Amino acid sequence: MSDAKTDRPLLEIKNLEKRFDLDQGFLETLKFKQGKIVRESRSVHAVNNISLEARKGEALCVVGESGCGKSTVARLVAGLLTPSAGEIHYGGQRIDNLPRAGMQPLRKKIQMIFQNPYASLNPRMTIRQALEEPVRHHYPNASAAEVRDKVTEVMLSVGVDPSWAKRYPHEFSGGQRQRIAIARALTVDPEFIIADEPISALDVSIQAQVLNLMLEAKESRGLTYLFITHDLSVVEHFGTRVAVLYLGSVCEVADTATLFSSPKHPYTRALLSAVPQLKDDRPNHIRLKGEIPTPINLPKGCPFQSRCAFADARCKSEKPKAIHQPDGSMVACHAVEEDRLDAVAAG
Amino acid sequence: MSLLSVRDLTVKFAMRDQTVTALNGISFDLAKGERLGIVGESGAGKSITGFSLMNLLSRPGYIDTGKILFEGEDVVQMNDKRLRNLRGNRMAMIFQDPMVTLNPVLTIGQQMIETLMAHRKLSHEEARQIAIVKLREVYIPSPEERLEQYPHELSGGMRQRIIIAIALLLDPQLIIADEPTTALDVTIQADIMELMLELCQSNQVGLILITHDLGVVSQMTERTLVMYAGRIIESGRTREIINDPQHPYTQGLINALPQQTVPGQRLKQIPGNMPGLASIPAGCAFNPRCKYATDLCRSRVPEAVHYGGVEVACHEVQRLNSDEDRQEARA
Repeated sequence: MSDAKTDRPLLEIKNLEKRFDLDQGFLETLKFKQGKIVRESRSVHAVNNISLEARKGEALCVVGESGCGKSTVARLVAGLLTPSAGEIHYGGQRIDNLPRAGMQPLRKKIQMIFQNPYASLNPRMTIRQALEEPVRHHYPNASAAEVRDKVTEVMLSVGVDPSWAKRYPHEFSGGQRQRIAIARALTVDPEFIIADEPISALDVSIQAQVLNLMLEAKESRGLTYLFITHDLSVVEHFGTRVAVLYLGSVCEVADTATLFSSPKHPYTRALLSAVPQLKDDRPNHIRLKGEIPTPINLPKGCPFQSRCAFADARCKSEKPKAIHQPDGSMVACHAVEEDRLDAVAAG
Repeated sequence: MSLLSVRDLTVKFAMRDQTVTALNGISFDLAKGERLGIVGESGAGKSITGFSLMNLLSRPGYIDTGKILFEGEDVVQMNDKRLRNLRGNRMAMIFQDPMVTLNPVLTIGQQMIETLMAHRKLSHEEARQIAIVKLREVYIPSPEERLEQYPHELSGGMRQRIIIAIALLLDPQLIIADEPTTALDVTIQADIMELMLELCQSNQVGLILITHDLGVVSQMTERTLVMYAGRIIESGRTREIINDPQHPYTQGLINALPQQTVPGQRLKQIPGNMPGLASIPAGCAFNPRCKYATDLCRSRVPEAVHYGGVEVACHEVQRLNSDEDRQEARA
């Protein structure tokens, strides 16, 4: 019984979809076409049939460029958005269709850290008020002293000086604020942290401080992370597994070491080659033609076909399914499946 | 003679209750066609340096002392007419966010043709032809159509290409690019970097690249200045600085990058934060964050000395080099 439990991933995302309607009201959907009035509504296909899982203690990184749907995935898992289709399971329980009250205990288990520490702290609350609020909310029976002790303990553990408690967010630098935001997420002892670009707004030396803090919290508290980022060097350092997203679809999912040593999907390869290298002065990146198409009216077939050097007729008509590779990774690409990639490179 | 020669440039900001120093006596040279990187974290003064070079500082900022000699002429002393001739014509600037740089209510064509006609005696049609040529140079597909489009109709990468085309319109000798690729995705960033490199090399245009990204500097520039709290703390050939940095801050900055550590291990972080302009510590501004700091560092500002192939402003550079950790890190 206990074996079955540990076997099951902590977080399972199954065939998740999210569309945002562009034409909201009835009148907006009316279009004039070829002399007739027709009803037609357009929508942004932010997330298309994504399946992912994260095991306990893992740091699952979701990478991709702007518009690939990575933040939407984070928000769907956090319950801030409702999926258009598909299921999200957490600890064996389906959570995407829960009523507000049913979501309450999960909000304590799943916490989120956002990109912009300037926007995620209420400017009118002191640090103490901001940190005590979630504890009071989730432990309504705790005494004032207990709440205070809990907050002080978390502040110490993330390197936030408890003497800062009476100050307001504007008195702190970006790095310090991000520490406070992390402290706020940790005050309710969560199991699962969703971090949406938590270090992108910070300077290099501060990024290292915050990343170290998140790694320490992972070790000491046994946290599981869903880490959203565009920065591949951070992924290589922080992630245990990586999912590469393009235009709302998963291209490749693999263990971090596997992905960086042998990337398979043409997009993953292009993405890795585009990262500016410190020591190697030959910019030798794989040039992608064109730019990311809009997620409105998605093309048929593989979402990456318009920029892919290996695209053929099959790629234009049939959307590739994620297929297991011998090294344990999952790749959604016809060219990989048919073994066309390296043949071309060799020839 | 160098194209640009900055001497003891000091920039101050007159705030209501005090005057703060944003740049503190910086000096550097740039040869014709040379590519120079300026790196540092927010608040280091790198953008202020860029603005000062074009004399674009506005209140409350002002150039207190120093000279900016561009082709032998002091930019600081130029009158408005001379400055108009300088900006765009001989020196152009590229900013981080193309959406802010482009005027949203004018078409790309209007903006490019207007710039050309303001600086050169050209007919509208001649200006249009030059604009098309320049758009082609930055690999914009179907440039004739783009001229009729508004900035919002184009993608971020496309807009940044257009900004580069506008910067090159009048064939300047120097381009100052302030975080030109920071707002772009990595694949687009790689394209834009390649494009800028190619254009600078083929036209012998000098480039000052202001960025926080050491990877970008490493790929784009020949020489690098590292700034901290309004001073240049290390300068030299980019390769030397990346491979064998001398200043503890530069070392810290490079070592803090995730790719410098075995995955999953603790990153080598620099403790503390960059000081605010109003509270720059006495002596070496880096001393509160530096593990090698001595009493001398806390009391006297270090002069730049030549060491190990670079110029470095650090009192302890010799001792630091005999440090065991450092020997180990190099090996």
